[in-house]
Amino acid sequence: MKILVPLKRVADPDNANKVKIPASGDKIDTTGLEWKPNPFDEYALEAALRLTENGQQPKTRAGEVVVVTFGPKETEATLRGALATGADRAIRVDTTDEQLDGDLVARALKAIVEKEKPDVVLLGKQAVDGDNNQVAQLLAEYLDWPQATFAATIEEEAGALLVGREVDGGVAKLRVKLPAVVSVDLRIVAGNSVYSTKTAKTFKYNDGVRFAALPAIMAAKKKPLVEHKLAELASDTALKVSYSTYSAPPARKAGIKVKDVAELVNKLATEAKVL
Amino acid sequence: MANVLVVAEVSEGKAKKTTHSSITFAKQVVAAAGGSFSILVIGAGAAGAAAELAAYGAEKLLVADAASLANYTAEAYAPTVAAVGKGFTHVVATASSFGKDLIPRAAARLGAGFAGDITEVVADGGAVAYKRPMFAGNAFGVAKVLTPIHAITVRQSAFAAAEPSGGSSPSENVAVEAPSGAAARVEFVGVETVKSERPDLGEAKTVVSGGRALKEKFDEVLAPLADVLGAGIGASRAACDAGYAPSDLQVGQTGKIVAPQLYVAIGISGAIQHLAGMKGSKVIVAINKDAEAPIFQVADYGLVADLFTAVPELVTAIKAAKA
Ligand SMILES: Cc1cc2nc3c(=O)[nH]c(=O)nc-3n(C[C@H](O)[C@H](O)[C@H](O)COP(=O)(O)OP(=O)(O)OC[C@H]3O[C@@H](n4cnc5c(N)ncnc54)[C@H](O)[C@@H]3O)c2cc1C
Ligand SMILES: Nc1ncnc2c1ncn2[C@@H]1O[C@H](COP(=O)(O)O)[C@@H](O)[C@H]1O
Repeated sequence: MKILVPLKRVADPDNANKVKIPASGDKIDTTGLEWKPNPFDEYALEAALRLTENGQQPKTRAGEVVVVTFGPKETEATLRGALATGADRAIRVDTTDEQLDGDLVARALKAIVEKEKPDVVLLGKQAVDGDNNQVAQLLAEYLDWPQATFAATIEEEAGALLVGREVDGGVAKLRVKLPAVVSVDLRIVAGNSVYSTKTAKTFKYNDGVRFAALPAIMAAKKKPLVEHKLAELASDTALKVSYSTYSAPPARKAGIKVKDVAELVNKLATEAKVL
Repeated sequence: MANVLVVAEVSEGKAKKTTHSSITFAKQVVAAAGGSFSILVIGAGAAGAAAELAAYGAEKLLVADAASLANYTAEAYAPTVAAVGKGFTHVVATASSFGKDLIPRAAARLGAGFAGDITEVVADGGAVAYKRPMFAGNAFGVAKVLTPIHAITVRQSAFAAAEPSGGSSPSENVAVEAPSGAAARVEFVGVETVKSERPDLGEAKTVVSGGRALKEKFDEVLAPLADVLGAGIGASRAACDAGYAPSDLQVGQTGKIVAPQLYVAIGISGAIQHLAGMKGSKVIVAINKDAEAPIFQVADYGLVADLFTAVPELVTAIKAAKA
C-alpha cells in the first residue's frame, strides 16, 4: 500500500497562550513560538507507518509512505523529522502560509495525488493553528474519492479500509474502497487502533506515536526530499478566503478560591444563582 | 441581498436541535444584508422533519427525501446539497460531526470558499464576514469569503437555538442528485451509539466534566452530581483516551464546544485544548487538588480539594440547599 501523508508545521499549540495580537489587529504574532508538526498529522503518519508494516521486530515496510508539506525552506526540518520516524520520501511545495488557504492546499494536493497515485491520503482532521478542519473533505471531493473523516480506528481489508469514525453520539463505521481519503482523530494512536492485513489483530502497538532513534535521524538526512513550486501544481493560486482583523479572546474576570464545599454551594446559590 | 440555504440535520425522521443554530445564523445574515433564507431538509424521512421546521420563518422548505439517503454519507449527500445550493449566496450547517464532514465537501463542488465553526456574523458594508476562533480559541480572526457562494458551519454554542416565529413555510420536493463515483465506493456499515438519558452536551444548561484523575470511578463519582444538577456529562481528552469516558464526551478544541450556565471541571488540569471547549461557559467551577492547576485561572469558583471526598460532599450539600 502506498500512502501520502500531508504534514503541516504549526506554531506549538502548547504555547498558544503566547499567541499575540498587535493593537492594529492586522496579524497573529507567532514570534517566539516553537514550531512543531501538527499533532494530528503526526498521528496520521503513525497510522500510515502501522498500515505499511507487519507488526514484527525488526519491522519490514510493506509499502511506501510519502510525506508532503506546503511551506518555506525551514519546513524541511519537519519533513526530515517524519523521514526519521519511518517515512520513505518527502515533498516540499515551496510557498508560505500567507499564500495559502485550505482550498488551494487541497487543489495542489490533488495534482500531487495524480502524480504519485497513492492508495490512501491519510491526514490530520485539523491543523491546530487555523482549526479549519477542511482539507481532507475538499480533497476527497476534488478527487471524487470516498472520505472517512475523524477516524479513531482503521482496519485494512482487501482493497478497502474499514474505518471507525468519531461522530456525535458514538462511533460510525464506514467501509471505503481504495483509493480513499482518511482524516484522523486523537484516538487513532491508541495501541489497538490500526491494523493492516499483514498485522495480527492480537498485536498491540505502544500507545502514541513512535520516536526516531538516533541512527534513523542520521539516515533520514539521505532520504529523498524534492521541491515543487506551487504554481506547477495549481494553475489558479487565487485564495477563496482571506482574513482581515484579528482579536484576542474576551478575558474572563478573575475568580476566587473557596475554602470548602459549604462556601462553594453558598456562592453558587446566592451569588452566581445557578442552583 | 442574501439568500441563505440552511442544511438541516435529520436523524430518525426528526430535525436535530443543531439545525436551530444554523437558522439563527441565517436570520442574522438576512438582518445584516437583506434577503431571505430557505431550509434544505435532506435524508430518509425528511418530509416528516420538514413539518417541524415550517414555523421558523423560512421562505421555503426544500425537501430531498429518498430511501437512498437513509444512512448519511458525505458522498451521497454533497451532490444534492451542491445542486440546491447553487441558487443561494450562503450554504450553512451547524458544526456538528455532520456539518463538519459534509459542508466542506459540498463547498468543493460549488467552488465556494469555506469558513468553519464561526462564532459571529460581522457586518461588512452590505456583505457579511465571519469571526472564527483559531489557535485553540487563543485568537479570533475575521474571515472574508471571496467567492460568490459562502460555505459556512456555525458553532452551536455561539448561536442560540432559533424559536418558532409562526407562519407556515411552503414546502416543495427537490430532486435527489445522482451520486458521483465516490458514492459507489463507500459503504455505511453501522453506528454504535452511546445512549444516555442525560441532556446533550450541546444543549445542557449545566455540564459536569471529569478528567484523568477520576480513573475507573468516572461514572461512580460524576453520575450522582450530574443527577442532582440535571447536568450533561463531559470529559477531558485524557479521560477519553484512557477509556474512563466515551470519546464523544470529550470537551475541547477538538471535541465538543460547550457554553452552559454552569460548568463544573473535576480533576481536570485545564490544558489550553480543554479550555478552548468550555471557556465560554457563564459560571465555571473547578475542583482540583493542585492549587496551581491552570483550570483555576478561568474558574469563577475554585476549590482545592481531593475530588473523591469533595464531590460526594458537594452532592449532599446541593441536595440540602435545594430541599
Ligand atoms: C492535538 C491535541 C488536541 C487536544 N484536544 C483536547 C480536547 O479537545 N480536550 C481536552 O480536554 N484535551 C485535549 N488535548 C489534551 C490536553 O492537552 C491535556 O492533555 C488534557 O486535557 C489533560 O486531561 P486532564 O486534565 O484530565 O489530565 P491531567 O493533565 O493529567 O490532569 C489531571 C488533574 O487532576 C488533578 N487530580 C489528580 N488527582 C486528584 C484528586 N484526587 N482530586 C482532585 N484533583 C486531582 C491533578 O492535579 C491534575 O490537575 C489535546 C491535545 C492535543 C495534543
Ligand atoms: N500547509 C500545509 N502543508 C501540509 N499539509 C497541510 C497544510 N495545510 C493543511 N494541511 C493538511 O490538512 C489537514 C487539515 O488541515 P485544515 O483543514 O487546515 O485544518 C492537516 O492536518 C494537514 O494534514
